[in-house]
Amino acid sequence: MALVATTRIDGAAPAAERPPAIEIEAVGKVYQSSGGAVSALGSVTLDIRKGEFVSLLGPSGCGKTTLLRIVAGLEHPTSGRVHLHGRALDGLGFVFQRDVLLNWRTIIDNVLLPIEFKNKKPRAYRERARELLDTFGLRGFESKRPWELSGGMRQRAAICRALIDDPELLLMDEPFGALDAMTRDQLNVELQSLWRNSSKTALFVTHSISEAVFLSDRVVVISDKPGRIVEVLEIDFPRPRSLDIRDEAEFGRLSRHLRGVLERYGAFRRA
Amino acid sequence: MSLTGKMRTGRIRIPAEIWTLAALLVLWQSAVSIFKVPEILVPPLTLVVREIVTHADFYFEQSLHTLSNTLAAFVLSVVFGVGLAIAIVHSRFLERTLYTVLVTLNNVPKIALAPLFVIWLGTGNASKIAMGVMISIFAIVIDAVLGLRSLPPDVIDLGRAMRGSALKILFKLRLPNALPSIIAGMKVAMSLSLVGAIVGEFVAAQNGLGFVILSAQGMFRTDRVFAAILILALIGTALFYLMELLERVLIPWHESRRATAEPALITTAAPPLQSGPA
Repeated sequence: MALVATTRIDGAAPAAERPPAIEIEAVGKVYQSSGGAVSALGSVTLDIRKGEFVSLLGPSGCGKTTLLRIVAGLEHPTSGRVHLHGRALDGLGFVFQRDVLLNWRTIIDNVLLPIEFKNKKPRAYRERARELLDTFGLRGFESKRPWELSGGMRQRAAICRALIDDPELLLMDEPFGALDAMTRDQLNVELQSLWRNSSKTALFVTHSISEAVFLSDRVVVISDKPGRIVEVLEIDFPRPRSLDIRDEAEFGRLSRHLRGVLERYGAFRRA
Repeated sequence: MSLTGKMRTGRIRIPAEIWTLAALLVLWQSAVSIFKVPEILVPPLTLVVREIVTHADFYFEQSLHTLSNTLAAFVLSVVFGVGLAIAIVHSRFLERTLYTVLVTLNNVPKIALAPLFVIWLGTGNASKIAMGVMISIFAIVIDAVLGLRSLPPDVIDLGRAMRGSALKILFKLRLPNALPSIIAGMKVAMSLSLVGAIVGEFVAAQNGLGFVILSAQGMFRTDRVFAAILILALIGTALFYLMELLERVLIPWHESRRATAEPALITTAAPPLQSGPA
């Protein structure tokens, strides 16, 4: 449901007219546990258009991460199907909650890991890796080891690794959840400009309302067990967005609305 | 200055380990002369050193025998041990069968098997190497299996998200992650290989330091026994430091090697651009 008018100011084609990048068709997931079958994901249907930034917002343990992992091919759905279009088939960038940098590799070699996994020549990508690290403020840290970097810098390096092979699809699983508020704000701004300049399709899992509103074209609210889509909210703030938009009345209104939806579906009951 | 640190003498820094060992040798020499211990029980250090020096060629040759058997056993243990561990980690069937057999075998006092190897392989080098492998391979297999299994789930996810083949995941993620464990196993295996070689020489041999000890004992040449033991101590220590060196070269990134690294704290808001390390 659209809460605000859908005229886009930045001149891009309206989202609905662009071809789909991800089609999620009635995807469900049931886990077998010792206490019997647990339904993590109900029946989720969602189309994500090419170049769109979509956030999956929901309480912890609501199955939004499961949905993301199914899209990434890390888990199989119990029912339904996921279609990936275009180059997303053979390459997607995945940013995890933890940075998952390998201690035995330098930062630049960590960034180049996907290249080695695809049997391409790392040397041909060194320059691109250096540029990426540069964009994320990691110039001079190429030959450092992960443990020599702060948490925010490590996650920046992990994002560079996800981007090295220029994937069409960027999947992120609460990538900034472990960071402090200030680092998180800054990375949100950096992620936005990166996404704007690269026309990637982004699927972003978060439990932060303001992060979701700030970054997204659409926020998909997922309810608690079993995870179901309870609301799809379009966010039409013009881009680029500055952190200041969070102080605008419209931003507050959207946030309040999302909080209300989450409350209605029991997100805060267990807090 | 800490006890394990280095002592400063003039301009040359001598490690505390050297001081300790030197003190021990002085203690040996003086205790023997003060308490007038008979040479046949404990010969003085000077006598042992003279024995080694006057028969340097002989001891060198015997040491070389023992050392080459030890190293051969060690290399075979590492190659087959890591290979077995990879197979065990990748196969449910092998885990249930082979791993169970290995763990069971490990509980057999392996020295008791030494005479068997002589029957099967003769009195040459083969039976000594086999004995060394038999004793040391378990340390490698058990530590390597542990290390290969301890790949964090999100690292596996990373490999799968990159659409990596099983081989890529093994060589780029699983093996490097297991390296600290494998090296810990190698350290133990190195000293056990030496034990295996000596045991093999005790059982049946015409050469090697184990053979020297056994034949000198028969003639009550205690100085020769001590000479061989002193050389063995030197070889053992040298091999230990060789493994330390190997560790330093292979896993400079490991926690235990990070003397100067600061803990990575999740506090920095913005990194200082184009500046030095955090």
